[in-house]
Amino acid sequence: MHIVVCIKQVPDTKNVRIDPDTHTLVRQGVESIINPFDLFAAEAALRLKDRHGAKITVITMGPPQAETALREVMARGVDEAVLLSDRAFAGSDTWATATALAAAVKKLNPVDLVICGKQAIDGDTAQVGPEMATFLDFPQAACVKSLDLADQHHLQITRQTDEGTEVWKLPLPALITVVKDVGEPRVPSIKHKLRAKKAAIPVWGAADLELAPEQVGLAGSFTQVVRVFSPPRRSDRILLEGDATQQAEQLYDLLKAAKVPGI
Amino acid sequence: MKALVDPNKCTACGVCEEVCPASAITLAATMAQVSDDCTLCGMCVDTCEFGAISLPEVGTGPMANLADYRGVWVYAEWREGVLHRVGSELLGAGRKLADKRGVELSAVVLGHCLDGIGEQLLPYGADRVLLVDRPELAHFTDEAYSGALRELVRRERPEILLAGATAIGRSFIPRVAAGLGTGLTADCTELDISAEGLLLQTRPAFGGNVMATIVCPHRRPQMATVRPKVMKPTVDPRGGRIEPVEPPPECLQSRVEVLEVIPERDATARLTEADVIVSGGRGLKKAENFALLEQLAQLMNGAVGASRGAVEEGWIDPSHQVGQTGRTVAPTLYLAVGLSGAIQHVVGMQGSQIIVAVNKDPNAPIFDVASYGVRADLFEFIPAFIRKLKQEQGG
Ligand SMILES: Cc1cc2nc3c(=O)[nH]c(=O)nc-3n(C[C@H](O)[C@H](O)[C@H](O)COP(=O)(O)OP(=O)(O)OC[C@H]3O[C@@H](n4cnc5c(N)ncnc54)[C@H](O)[C@@H]3O)c2cc1C
Ligand SMILES: Cc1cc2nc3c(=O)[nH]c(=O)nc-3n(C[C@H](O)[C@H](O)[C@H](O)COP(=O)(O)OP(=O)(O)OC[C@H]3O[C@@H](n4cnc5c(N)ncnc54)[C@H](O)[C@@H]3O)c2cc1C
Ligand code: SF4
Ligand code: SF4
Repeated sequence: MHIVVCIKQVPDTKNVRIDPDTHTLVRQGVESIINPFDLFAAEAALRLKDRHGAKITVITMGPPQAETALREVMARGVDEAVLLSDRAFAGSDTWATATALAAAVKKLNPVDLVICGKQAIDGDTAQVGPEMATFLDFPQAACVKSLDLADQHHLQITRQTDEGTEVWKLPLPALITVVKDVGEPRVPSIKHKLRAKKAAIPVWGAADLELAPEQVGLAGSFTQVVRVFSPPRRSDRILLEGDATQQAEQLYDLLKAAKVPGI
Repeated sequence: MKALVDPNKCTACGVCEEVCPASAITLAATMAQVSDDCTLCGMCVDTCEFGAISLPEVGTGPMANLADYRGVWVYAEWREGVLHRVGSELLGAGRKLADKRGVELSAVVLGHCLDGIGEQLLPYGADRVLLVDRPELAHFTDEAYSGALRELVRRERPEILLAGATAIGRSFIPRVAAGLGTGLTADCTELDISAEGLLLQTRPAFGGNVMATIVCPHRRPQMATVRPKVMKPTVDPRGGRIEPVEPPPECLQSRVEVLEVIPERDATARLTEADVIVSGGRGLKKAENFALLEQLAQLMNGAVGASRGAVEEGWIDPSHQVGQTGRTVAPTLYLAVGLSGAIQHVVGMQGSQIIVAVNKDPNAPIFDVASYGVRADLFEFIPAFIRKLKQEQGG
């Protein structure tokens, strides 16, 4: 079985805070981390490998620095890595991102399973996985909580819905996106760390993926960000005074006036 | 490609240099200069008060014939027999867009045994309701649902398609957009339309720390998922019509087999749906004290949430966790009790309409995002608030 895990490097939100007065972004140095959901994606792959044996390839599309993220995941036991990096990829929306990632999966064929995180904590769209599945013509399941092979050719998963959970059976090849319930990411081992450090990581650009420059990056995107701004400050910030009973009464009146359901 | 600086407008004030997350901007003698590190994130554009920065244009390739597309569509979500309320909310938003464009507003329902379902939507401003009533759609699967919706869009060519940013919408709508070859904006909280008919889609990103307005200039339909509970339904019956539609069976195929659907009707598990959420953190001190929050939530017909702090202590099941690695919620009221408001928690709840913070530490960051701050010992305040509620509800 060949599993491809997609990871994204994102700015660490610990360093992003809202200034309470100006309500603008305060950044204390921009540190990059691996999107937290993607560590769960890697863990899900590793657990399948532990149980059934598999080859795992991790891929990311990003700037050359994203290579560190790939090595970090390899240090947890992932076999191989590929970096998709090209100036032409800059400004990709989810369509263009999914186009490049799907082309990479095709180049890595045969692939039985693609695992993505539920969503990236910066762009926050949760669209890349399902769009990739469409381009690959794979069946998909989003927000997967647990998974295992049903037989050699099928995956059985439990997924989170707004209502509860669902159990699905998917034929392979398939694509899933995972949430944290798939299992706590393991810590890197010394053995794998050493291997990850030395591993050669190929870098593929648009040409390697047989994509024309107008199919990727901003040129290949359909959505355009025309304005980025700080969310409006909450104008209604009020600190309630008095002892607990007085505060309780004030809060009740405020919530009643705001017509909160259930009050 | 990189951000463009207009030398005639730039005053070399340096403001953009500080906001660029890629450190791609440096200040030359007379103007800002953008290096190849630029990721085209767009952050700098709005910070320049002189309007000196812009991003290059998107999307070449064959342009859709825009004038062929007319009408506003709303995907009205139906789940296992019931309509989700986001459908009527979207009809409220869609009505405004349709009126500005002078076009029809249609709702689309996919499901099975839909008798009476169309009638439930007509009062909210729809000119017509399209019903696809097929056994293949009895349970949700991404392939069958996206296949059906894609087919209807191909036939009728609406200019705008809105859907709820629910678990279902966020899962299969990207498949619709990708299959149609058009852009999709996620989880919008504001929609407007320009004079030329361009849908201005505003959404939070970076965990809500940043708002972005996004357009899809060259492709149709313009597609967006919209966050539930943000738009308001309006009662506006127009004597609309109900039209059953039959897509060809090959559009309804799914390779996925749904083995089991396990609803958790338990109010506590239904965090994303609740109007009121009472969340607790480490300040609760022990598991038993969550009973206090349960009681309060019940009085307001709400659900109980938790910080990761409380989950890590083992006081409450992880399914209640709100935040970056938990659930994202946006209720009408979010009551944060004895939790500090770490950014990873805040990103999961700051879309809430009213946030109340109960904390004894005046410097707790949760107060920065709170509409109403209650600086108090929770073990005094919560019982007092419960008493007040009971007194009002009993009387
Ligand atoms: C403020 C802002 C708002 C935006 N809004 C939109 C929008 O509404 N619509 C739109 O189409 N684009 C939008 N974009 C662009 C979008 O963020 C990028 O296309 C981004 O590359 C992917 O989207 P995401 O971060 O939302 O990923 P998601 O779709 O949330 O990511 C899901 C999973 O896909 C995989 N994945 C995502 N990106 C990569 C990658 N680069 N390499 C490997 N795996 C990856 C990971 O497994 C990840 O967990 C926006 C960008 C910004 C800055
Ligand atoms: C990658 C990553 C992902 C994460 N994801 C999440 C996530 O999804 N959700 C999440 O919540 N966290 C998440 N965290 C953890 C987060 O950073 C915080 O550690 C966590 O939210 C803290 O929980 P807390 O607020 O309950 O505890 P604390 O920070 O310890 O806060 C307890 C608060 O209770 C107050 N208090 C104590 N006693 C009383 C009293 N008697 N009356 C009133 N107030 C009192 C204190 O003043 C304090 O402010 C994540 C962290 C990382 C690194
Ligand atoms: S913010 Fe505008 S005016 Fe100031 S340096 Fe940047 S581009 Fe020039
Ligand atoms: S678009 Fe983003 S990366 Fe490029 S210069 Fe502006 S802020 Fe920096």
